[in-house]
Amino acid sequence: MAIDWKHYDPGEFYDELISTPGYARAVARNLTAWLRTLSDEELELRKLDAELAIIDKGVTFTVYSDGENIDRAWPFDIIPRVMPVREWRVIEAGLKQRLQALNLFIDDLYHEQKIIRDRVIPKILIAKSKGFRKECVGINPAHRVWAHICGSDLVRDSNGTIYVLEDNLRVPSGVSYMIENREVTKRVLPELFENNTILPVDDYPDRLLEMLQSIAPPRRSRPDVAVLTPGIYNSAYFEHAFLARSMGAELVEGSDLIVDKDDCVYMKTIQGLARVDVIYRRVDDLFLDPEVFNPESELGVAGLMRAWRKGNVALANAPGCGVADDKVVYSYVPDIIRYYLDEDPLLPNVPTYRCNNKQQREHVMANLESMVVKPANESGGYGMLVGPQSSAREREEFRRLISTNPRNYIGQPALKLSTAPTLCEHTLEPRHLDLRPFILQGRDTFVTAGGLTRVAMNKGSLVVNSSQGGGSKDTWVVDNEGG
Amino acid sequence: MLSRVARRIYWMSRYIERAENTARLVNTYYFLLLDLPGGTRIGWEVLPVITGRFPLFAEHYQRHDERNTVKFLLADSFNPGSLLNSIAYARENSRTSREVLPGLAWEQINELHNYANAHVSEALPRRGRFAFLTEIIHRCQQLTGLLSGTMSHDHAYDFVRIGRNLERADMTTRVVDIGAMTMQGSEDAGNLDVHVWTSMLRTLNAYQMYRKDVKLGVHCADVVSYLLQNDYLPRSVAHCLDQAEECLGDLPLHHDTLKPLRDVRRRVARIKPLKLDATTLHHEVDRLQVGISAVHDRIGKTWFA
Repeated sequence: MAIDWKHYDPGEFYDELISTPGYARAVARNLTAWLRTLSDEELELRKLDAELAIIDKGVTFTVYSDGENIDRAWPFDIIPRVMPVREWRVIEAGLKQRLQALNLFIDDLYHEQKIIRDRVIPKILIAKSKGFRKECVGINPAHRVWAHICGSDLVRDSNGTIYVLEDNLRVPSGVSYMIENREVTKRVLPELFENNTILPVDDYPDRLLEMLQSIAPPRRSRPDVAVLTPGIYNSAYFEHAFLARSMGAELVEGSDLIVDKDDCVYMKTIQGLARVDVIYRRVDDLFLDPEVFNPESELGVAGLMRAWRKGNVALANAPGCGVADDKVVYSYVPDIIRYYLDEDPLLPNVPTYRCNNKQQREHVMANLESMVVKPANESGGYGMLVGPQSSAREREEFRRLISTNPRNYIGQPALKLSTAPTLCEHTLEPRHLDLRPFILQGRDTFVTAGGLTRVAMNKGSLVVNSSQGGGSKDTWVVDNEGG
Repeated sequence: MLSRVARRIYWMSRYIERAENTARLVNTYYFLLLDLPGGTRIGWEVLPVITGRFPLFAEHYQRHDERNTVKFLLADSFNPGSLLNSIAYARENSRTSREVLPGLAWEQINELHNYANAHVSEALPRRGRFAFLTEIIHRCQQLTGLLSGTMSHDHAYDFVRIGRNLERADMTTRVVDIGAMTMQGSEDAGNLDVHVWTSMLRTLNAYQMYRKDVKLGVHCADVVSYLLQNDYLPRSVAHCLDQAEECLGDLPLHHDTLKPLRDVRRRVARIKPLKLDATTLHHEVDRLQVGISAVHDRIGKTWFA
């Protein structure tokens, strides 16, 4: 029996494809009509094809402490999530605006700190920030850009509004899965690409290379780029190898690099030492250089900060840019945009209550059941409280945590995340999702067409992280207005 | 090419070759023992001796019998040279250099690893051993063929060939050593000659080629000369060293490494098998192994540091 959209009911949530049972949104009509022509068996076969393609291509992610078998196949749902190009253009402009403002903000923090003097942002916020690196004060990276690669998480609430949930500025991952998802969808649903104009996503590695070369020290016409990985045990190793391969860059580990007496960075090759101009580092700040940060680190390169400060090598993202990747700073982003760009923000923030403010803290404490509480400096969905799904004991624990260290917590109303049809045990059911587009800034600014859609595969769950039972979907920005 | 990647490729290749050779060794040694007359003093402990791991073996086992020896050579995790360990190391080295290997190579090494671990217990009793070892040999050869047929023949592939040929040369010297030790240990060397050296040729898949190329009966001196000095046999020490030299010459900064390689190659050429008895043959082989190991050290210093 084929899909009957009348039986698909997203309930109180906004569904990306279906507006009310039996009615698809305009942008999704081609897709839903075509899906209806498939029998259950055929749909199941396409799903198997996708699973095989993922195993064949070796698309994996790595889970810590999973024993020997640490590479897992990437969980993927074959039903794409679609979005009209007109809506996308607004989001794209909003994301560019946001990253440009954040870069001006970071640069200001490491120089005059005008924004603090002008009392837009309290001094204490930066003084207590875990991401602020005093070692970076006074440094001038190319184009005054610090965060070159940003992955911002977007969510849609039940009224259809898209919010920015957070900006990942340190070492955001997921872009390789965005590209692989599209490859797999082209293989298993080729018919759909004939009747829809879907914006391509596979130009990302070229844009990334262009951006990385645009921040190189002025030395020669074709700067050499390397991708610095913590190694095969890192959860995103697949992506590091993927990006290096698709850019034609070397994939290096810390032990492959040295900083010589001339304060330049070299790779150890079979020809001897070879100069490196730009390092796309996927190693956290604190492990980058044992001379400056964690002396125990074997992932980094001794002297790297020295080379960077002298302008002999470019680092992307720049050390210290994590100061803006902090959930309390996040709550000020609309003010930051107004302050530096003198523009109104194009994309709204999720309303955010800062626990270091007494009034706001009391509001969070009083409404824990309907709020999501997050630590300021964690990623991957760790250490947070999802109010509507929490137990009394967990809420008690968070009350204690918040009162001990209020600066470290923010509260946000629990959003009713939008859903999209997801293939679960032979039927399509609504599952919650978010969207992570990737934004590049060097000499120019670029945004991927769409991004990585992450789905909470478990019924009712709001947690989309792949380390915690999340999957993903291909994301289509559809331009059907031209024809 | 990154030094680290070169090192891993080189080791991957050595370990695949080592796994194949270990399988060959265990496979044919069993048949040799069947052919030896009763009262021959030689036994299974020869295998741990010639792989250089006798002290480790003796530390773990009091009975130096077939079962313990085979278990030690194939399965024991405490033996760094066991078949399972060689395959595991090959897998680990290829896993971390996937960016320069054809995708299928990783898959096949992974399958080899899974197969060996799932079936090694069948090879401990005699009954299932032949089938298991033959399968291992086939899978290793398939990998060697896959790399040759699909991997870009660039510097990375030079390291594949260097690793493979040094490991092969080393193993051939060890096989010759088994022959020497077996002869040393027997009272009736004349009678044994043909059994022992036929078996050594078979270990290296060289019996038929020997018949075709040498056209003589199987005698110690002729076989030793064939296995050490023949220019065309792919597993002769001379041939392996020549292959390695060809690849070394392709690589940048090869000057310092060519010297120890040429030293050992000249030593091979100077051997006069007719003038050697079992004891002096053993010493000669020992010196070749030292020479090969000097080349290996130099390679590490030149390209992997």
